[in-house]
Amino acid sequence: MPELAAATQPKSLPVGPVGRRGVGWWGVSTLILSELALFGYLFFAYFYTGATAPPGWLIDPAPSLKLALPNTVLLLASSVIVWLGERSIRRGGRAGAQAAFAIAFLIGGAFVAIQWLEWSSKPFRLGTSSYASLYFVTGGLHIAHVIAGLLVLAALFWWTCLDYFSVRRHLVVAAGALYWHFVSLVSVLVLFTFYVTPYLGFGR
Amino acid sequence: MMAPELRRLAIGTDTVEHEARLLELWETRPGIGGFFSTVDHKEIGIRYVVTAFVFLALGGLEALVIRLQLAGPNLSILTPDEYNQFFSTHGMTMIFLYAAPILSGFSNYLWPLLLGSRDMAFPRLNALSYWIYLASGLFLYAGFLTGNGPNDGWFNYVPYASRDYNPGLNQDFYALGMVFLGISTTVGAANFIVSFFRTRAPGMSINRVPIMVWGTLTASVANLLVVPAVSLAFFMLWMDRQFGTHFFDPAGGGQPLLWQHLFWLFGHPWVYAIVLPAMGMVSDGLPVFCRRPLVGYSLVALATVATMILGFGVWVHHMFATGLPGLGLAFFSGASILITLPSAVAVFAWLATIWLGRPVITTAFLFFSSMILLFVIGGVSGFMTASVPVDWQLTDTYFVVAHIHYVLIGINVFPVAGAVYFWFPKMTGRLLDERLGRWNFWIMFLGFNLAFLPMHLTGLLGMPRRVYTYADYGGWGTLNLITSIGSFVFAVGVLLLFVNVVKSLRSGAVAGKNPWDAPTLEWAVPSPPPVYNFAVIPTVSSRHPLWEDRLGAEGGRSILDRGLLLASGKETIGTTGLDAEPLMVLEMAEDSFAPFALTLGLSLFFVGLLLRSWTLTGVGAASAAFALLAWLWPQRALDERERGRA
Repeated sequence: MPELAAATQPKSLPVGPVGRRGVGWWGVSTLILSELALFGYLFFAYFYTGATAPPGWLIDPAPSLKLALPNTVLLLASSVIVWLGERSIRRGGRAGAQAAFAIAFLIGGAFVAIQWLEWSSKPFRLGTSSYASLYFVTGGLHIAHVIAGLLVLAALFWWTCLDYFSVRRHLVVAAGALYWHFVSLVSVLVLFTFYVTPYLGFGR
Repeated sequence: MMAPELRRLAIGTDTVEHEARLLELWETRPGIGGFFSTVDHKEIGIRYVVTAFVFLALGGLEALVIRLQLAGPNLSILTPDEYNQFFSTHGMTMIFLYAAPILSGFSNYLWPLLLGSRDMAFPRLNALSYWIYLASGLFLYAGFLTGNGPNDGWFNYVPYASRDYNPGLNQDFYALGMVFLGISTTVGAANFIVSFFRTRAPGMSINRVPIMVWGTLTASVANLLVVPAVSLAFFMLWMDRQFGTHFFDPAGGGQPLLWQHLFWLFGHPWVYAIVLPAMGMVSDGLPVFCRRPLVGYSLVALATVATMILGFGVWVHHMFATGLPGLGLAFFSGASILITLPSAVAVFAWLATIWLGRPVITTAFLFFSSMILLFVIGGVSGFMTASVPVDWQLTDTYFVVAHIHYVLIGINVFPVAGAVYFWFPKMTGRLLDERLGRWNFWIMFLGFNLAFLPMHLTGLLGMPRRVYTYADYGGWGTLNLITSIGSFVFAVGVLLLFVNVVKSLRSGAVAGKNPWDAPTLEWAVPSPPPVYNFAVIPTVSSRHPLWEDRLGAEGGRSILDRGLLLASGKETIGTTGLDAEPLMVLEMAEDSFAPFALTLGLSLFFVGLLLRSWTLTGVGAASAAFALLAWLWPQRALDERERGRA
């Protein structure tokens, strides 16, 4: 009988996910990639519709950044806080992670509220024009993802309170945090598309 | 960082006690509970295949009704509105509910067996993918059965699909059903991608995986990236119809061509997604009956990937007649012509395999080899329409209908029928009847060509597609009659396939492990395979583990009878992405009701949206969220949380 090659038949291996190393991490990453593609198509729809529309397509050629910019910064900050929370678990802490997920949850909730204010202040509604439809539906789908992310943060907070995670076992935290970073990244892309490109001359 | 807990892994040979232990760990409990909670990839794969064949039969019956209506000029078996629903539902069924799911079914069943693994990377996600496929299929068919089927072709162009021109529920059923189905396709794709990079047996580096695995992998990457485009398009359509948005409505500054862009951004890669795995079936099955390895393995694998990459950049060839700028047309025309190159690589590889081999003419061989001919015919008619001026002449005529049927029946249905003959013995332990198989093949082959070869001429004579009837003009009547006769002959051929399956399930010859003397891992396990697939994890040293004696082994022999036992839980081995070196022990999920519960919640959610009942929508969303929470709750058995703690 041929001998088993040492390289392919090791004597000992880690069991189950260790840290981020596990199939779950890749599963969540793939689904996030698909979600990013979804937003990519939304931005394509925005730029394509705007580029083929007659001049004056933008209802508001100089959208105010007064609420939108701080709100995006706020969400990015929450992403940093979630990252700190994950790091705390990676280092064996628990209280820090609990606090981080709770604070990030509150910031995320504030983001939704401020976004609501921002929408209410707009002089147009969903059915006003194709620009308005793209604005609200893109933003709306982003907010839907933020709300999903808030549920994830709530679950992570609760599971941390139950002391589920450790230095070795925290793939769930890493995957949840990745999802929150994705939500923050999309908010930057939304801000750039709807609030910055008009100043660069798009759609005017 | 704390050092990971390492476990010394037992290596041994297969014994009766070991198999009993594995059976206890892996078996789904019998009864109704087991039925709704199983995560066994083989069970799910067979469900996929059976469900997809049911949809094939339904779509086929619809086609026959259409062909009766078109058998002669000025017939009125169907009203124009009924005709619209029949041909649209036929397209929707065949493309979305048969062609892709049938390949998912075969891949779900075969992947772990081909890769030397005990299950897919995410068993529960696999179950979810099937349940949502079934639920969304029922949702779409509920529309058709209540007279609200899609009625604007499967591509569903606006403004015909907009509310002003289409006030019924037809488009709402179609739009929401497609968004629902998209979830199934996406999670299935994610599962295949991660399974490819993590669950191959030790030693199965990426240059040793069967071509069918390459086909499904590339199709999955494409689906992951393009399904959101069509889901978004259908969501926008539904918003336009129900909430007065203006995505596609020029009166509100919308852009009707946006629909076509989003649809074909998805649609063209999708065409490759429903043929590449089937081409892989031919690349793996044909050589077995030629008694030699596939010629040009690396080239065929690379051609598969190249086709998919180029496939992202050809969608505008569906829009040559929409008045886009000439430069854009030239680019997409060039890309569409270029994409024939990798296809030609595969064709020549198959031909060389037959030429250099000693073919054994079985029914499976007939199906696989005839596909080469049909592929060339469908490829050439596609190549013709890649040229803009030719396309302007032929677009919206029956020439394009003939082309799509050569592509989809030729490169999907024929290889799939071959795959049934090839792998049925593995799935059931019994061989299909070869004598009936010959009748099955020749009737399908002759019927198909009788129906669709003359249709090219119908198109060249200028008959427009998508019309419910026609005047007797320029010989259209005779050609259509021939097509209708051919389609019925073809249907008889498909019926014989079903008859053969039912008959052989009871009385087919017993197959044994490896009835075809085939080279890949699935033939190393009993037929049908035990629930845990491999009693010991195999170690792979070549592309043809079971042919090493005759081919000579350069890099050492594959070892199938001795290996990792992995019997201290529901476990399989996780390996590195490229070289497949052992990386970790994967804890596999137990059977679970969560996927089924999540599907029920999502079904309520989509029915609520359809009926605009926000209570139902809310109840559905909440149930789905709870099912998901239960699913994701960290489990000790999966090492998602520390075992030693409260």
